[in-house]
Amino acid sequence: MSETTILLSMQGIGKAFPGVQALEDVDFALERGEIHAIVGENGAGKSTLIKVLTGVERPDMGTITLDGQVIEVRSPQHAQSLGISTVYQEVNLCPNLSVAENILIGREPRRFGRIDWRTMNTQAAGILAGLDIDVDVTRPLGSYSVAIQQMAAIARSLEIASARILILDEPTSSLDSHETDQLFAVMRKLRADGRSIVFISHFLDQVYAVADRITVLRNGRLVGTYASSTLPRLELIAKMLGRILTELDDVSRIKLASSEQQTGETRLEANDLGRTGSIEPFDLVLRAGEVVGLAGLLGSGRTEIASLLFGIDAPDTGTITVRGAAVTHHSPLGSIGRGVALCPEDRKAEGIVDDLTVRENIVLAIQAGRGWLRHLSMSQQYEIADRYIKLLRISTPSSDAPVKNLSGGNQQKVILARWLATNPDVLILDEPTRGIDVGAKAEIQRLVLSLADEGKACLFISSELDEVLRTSHRVVVLRDRAKVNEFEGEVDEHRLMQAIAGAEHAAS
Amino acid sequence: MPRPRLGAAVGRLTESKLFFPLVVLSLILLFDLIFDPAFFNLQIIDGHLYGSLVDIFRNGSTIMLLAIGMTLVIATGGVDLSVGAVMAISASVAAILINPDIKSLVTDPDLTVTPLPIVILVTLFVATLCGVWNGMLVAFGGIQPMVATLILMIAGRGIAQLITTGTRIQIFYEPYAYLGNGWIVVPVSLLIVGGVFVAAWLMTRRTALGMFIESVGINARSSFFSGINEKLVKLFAYMFCGFCAGMAGLVASSNIRTSDANNIGLNFELDAILAVVIGGTALGAGGRFSLLASIVGALVIQAITTSMYAVGVPANALLAVKGVVVILVILVLSAQVRDVVRRLVSQAPQAT
Repeated sequence: MSETTILLSMQGIGKAFPGVQALEDVDFALERGEIHAIVGENGAGKSTLIKVLTGVERPDMGTITLDGQVIEVRSPQHAQSLGISTVYQEVNLCPNLSVAENILIGREPRRFGRIDWRTMNTQAAGILAGLDIDVDVTRPLGSYSVAIQQMAAIARSLEIASARILILDEPTSSLDSHETDQLFAVMRKLRADGRSIVFISHFLDQVYAVADRITVLRNGRLVGTYASSTLPRLELIAKMLGRILTELDDVSRIKLASSEQQTGETRLEANDLGRTGSIEPFDLVLRAGEVVGLAGLLGSGRTEIASLLFGIDAPDTGTITVRGAAVTHHSPLGSIGRGVALCPEDRKAEGIVDDLTVRENIVLAIQAGRGWLRHLSMSQQYEIADRYIKLLRISTPSSDAPVKNLSGGNQQKVILARWLATNPDVLILDEPTRGIDVGAKAEIQRLVLSLADEGKACLFISSELDEVLRTSHRVVVLRDRAKVNEFEGEVDEHRLMQAIAGAEHAAS
Repeated sequence: MPRPRLGAAVGRLTESKLFFPLVVLSLILLFDLIFDPAFFNLQIIDGHLYGSLVDIFRNGSTIMLLAIGMTLVIATGGVDLSVGAVMAISASVAAILINPDIKSLVTDPDLTVTPLPIVILVTLFVATLCGVWNGMLVAFGGIQPMVATLILMIAGRGIAQLITTGTRIQIFYEPYAYLGNGWIVVPVSLLIVGGVFVAAWLMTRRTALGMFIESVGINARSSFFSGINEKLVKLFAYMFCGFCAGMAGLVASSNIRTSDANNIGLNFELDAILAVVIGGTALGAGGRFSLLASIVGALVIQAITTSMYAVGVPANALLAVKGVVVILVILVLSAQVRDVVRRLVSQAPQAT
């Protein structure tokens, strides 16, 4: 790889947000005329890296070099003027205007001060023809499929910025397979024209179908950049899901000790439980004193299972039985009454209430379970809050500090405290260690095991395979929104990864 | 070490939601002291206290009532534009209950067709129903609060006119006039404000409702995940806001002894929203609220109006002048300006 083939390089990029290091010393190099995929689980730092590249966020450290010159991307507009253009997941065009207007808006050809519609339409049709797309450009954009709309967005960004670098952020998430093929054809054509494309997707099939090289990020760090032809799929998944050994080894020992105990009675049972478009019907049993791991890639249906079990969503088929009683009313409030708790995946949007104090956040669920009239007195609230701050070693200046001032790991512990305060029998933890540092991770894993020891049934969802293996007595594997396998006892990591990737890919 | 403690005390004072509305109120009164010292004159007529200061409280009672209900709605992250129209509906309901025979003018001050307690109860019930309508649209219909309450804001005055078949009904029944004009040691309207305030305070701060309202306003989804029925919480806020608007409608119509569907409560929703904003509850974002600060906010609004009249601003220029004052008040309340003031205030004791 000679220097001249590199169009853009990012070196030593670091970016911290309050409570989390989103990027740490990440290098990224884009060659001329290549399609370069960036992959990684949620929170790996993909979107932050793109935001740095497109000027939405300023990096704390590191340099960006374009065409051999060090640049500073000041804003998305500035990025466009540098020839870096982004097409987002959600198409942000005007569906009620014509295709031609959307492509040329703001740059309409004029004659005698008025828009020259005929020239405009031929120009737009010409641009689209360059992408091998033949549509009636005078019709409203909204009358076409999402794929065509996305092509129009691409055409527009090529037209405006004469973009040398095109960033496609999850462009295929709302496309069917035919539309995806259409998009890939356009991407290959652009590559042939010598443009470089950054492609972000969590569909690994598509990454392999179209990308020349793959950069893997995990927990804000660079794992590596690989040629897609030489990287077996299993190895890629291993790199995405990661292994962190050092500080976490003692967790396995605790697990060994606890798994010697007898697991208890069935606490929660799901029979043929499913919801159309969310998760295929599945069976699941959670027993007292046991941690069940839920493994699978992003979008495999992990969170959907949690939502069904906790009553966020109501199932279409099947039944949930908690301690022998069938669940008829599906709601979080009902789940509190049944002794089921959920620490949700998206801590910021679904977990903490950021302007409320640590104390209020901790007592929120127990108070909701009691109803608004049976008010916990101030002294009771402080007593509960202080107990859990001590028990979970939540580091906060006081129980009256706003929870938004705490670090990510401590916020996570506050949510855990909120649910432990309701004294649940079944605890569902959806990515409880996402975006927090390794030390806090180990602490939370140890805590989960000790909770199981106390006789709680735990469902542990994580995109880090290593973590699932370390904490779980049993592992359920999901793929493509269906339960595909269940492993008991000592789980062979290789077999587990094969199950996650799908048997048909195991050989590759 | 008295100094750090003083700094901390000043810090706590400036953190309080009450601090800035009180500062603004003091500034307005300072303005009056300079330009119209007579503003502070008090005199006793017929055993009752009169003067501009008393007027602020008496005339501010409707805005204070609206501000109490509006505080809860804004705290859930919403807004209620219909309170002025709901006041008009309440006035019409009360008037028609007292005298359903619109055509023949009955001027007997002792005559009412419906007993007064029933009049009040039915009126408040209708107003609360208006609030339930708003709450259903917002919480269960998922409609933007501003759009949802705009419906009743526009339709409400029409409904009020329908109730009285388009005529303004004069109310001669004397006991009804007590609500807005009567005195029991203090003006009756202020007793009503006090009663509603205490009820609202007990309801939100002596139960978990206040915390639920703030939690829903800050993050409705997290609240739902925590087992709070966020739809019912919102519905309650709008319902109570309707109730307060009904109270305000009773007081206002009693004050002018007329059900004037076109003018009762006109533009009052804006004053009420402004009062709550001055009281430090974030419009749009919702969250933390202070009922007392909203009351002070309402007094600020009324003090501006009363002061403008006192210094001789003509009635038709009042809105323009009020607009300028409001801009100044909002500037003082902006986060940037607040930070500067806070820094200056907390540095001052250390400098000496």
